[in-house]
Amino acid sequence: MSQQLLYEITKEYLKNDIPQFRPGDNVKVYTRIKEGERERIQIFEGLVISRRGGGISEMFTVRKVSYGVGVERTFPIHSPFIEKIDVVRRGKVRRAKLFYIRHLSAKAARIKELR
Amino acid sequence: MTKGILGRKIGMTSIFDENGFLIPVTVVQAVPNIVLQKKTVETDGYEAVQLGLEDLRAKLANKPKTGHAAKAQTAPKRFTKEIRGSKMMNYEVGQEVKVDIFAVGDIVDVTGTSKGKGFTGAIKRNNQQRGPMAHGSGYHRGAGSMGSVDAARVFKGKQLASHMGDETVTIQNLQVSKVDTDKNVILIRGNVPGAKKSLVMITNAVKAVK
Repeated sequence: MSQQLLYEITKEYLKNDIPQFRPGDNVKVYTRIKEGERERIQIFEGLVISRRGGGISEMFTVRKVSYGVGVERTFPIHSPFIEKIDVVRRGKVRRAKLFYIRHLSAKAARIKELR
Repeated sequence: MTKGILGRKIGMTSIFDENGFLIPVTVVQAVPNIVLQKKTVETDGYEAVQLGLEDLRAKLANKPKTGHAAKAQTAPKRFTKEIRGSKMMNYEVGQEVKVDIFAVGDIVDVTGTSKGKGFTGAIKRNNQQRGPMAHGSGYHRGAGSMGSVDAARVFKGKQLASHMGDETVTIQNLQVSKVDTDKNVILIRGNVPGAKKSLVMITNAVKAVK
């Protein structure tokens, strides 16, 4: 019963327009950036390497290689800072967490596309 | 301590605040409390209101409890607590106290009974250090020296193994993140003493910096 109440409290914060995506997919995350008064959208594009938690605390991690440096960002999936998420490519992977990608070079880190 | 409400701790979750940040909150459900009695300076020597939370089945209530609640024209209550101070003296006996006495941003103190840990060793209870486990040390998790031999006794206050937890704990200066009058719920930023379903008392903060 109490779990039900916790769900009802967080329900209003949950988004219901989140596309289906899972680790191995390439996504574009449209993030709202505030610079003083102005607000603009910045796109963070990369590979989803993990997705964890449930409900309001669900998080996902996106990894990209920027100028030869690996960059990872972890977002709360329901965060109001995220304008939208686009799935660019669906990958075929056999693991839920793709942390092994960190140790691989660009060529070895390729992931087959799901058909 | 001038205004307050009794409730049950439901559990913890997170919500997004107005800036978009995910903040941890404790959910406290406070179904409307009933004012059972008002204490005044003339009759009792101090000012306070006595609040009651949750009805008892008639079978569980004894006669004194039933009679006391009958004065406020309600059923006997499972929990009763006094809130001292004059701020709530405008409530009448029998009137309901709802969660809307607190607003978002209020600074509150929360009192509860901490989780019982049972009979606990000196390391867990008093944050002492352990001895080496190997190399023939033979001294692992003991409480250390008992102090001076000359005194022929152990001084009071020597930190030893004993019962830990299950005591009344107040956490001061917590912030109210949200108040939901439909669900009778108050969300408090951060954690609150006690186990889930345990009784907590929310009062306005005594040391709040205005």
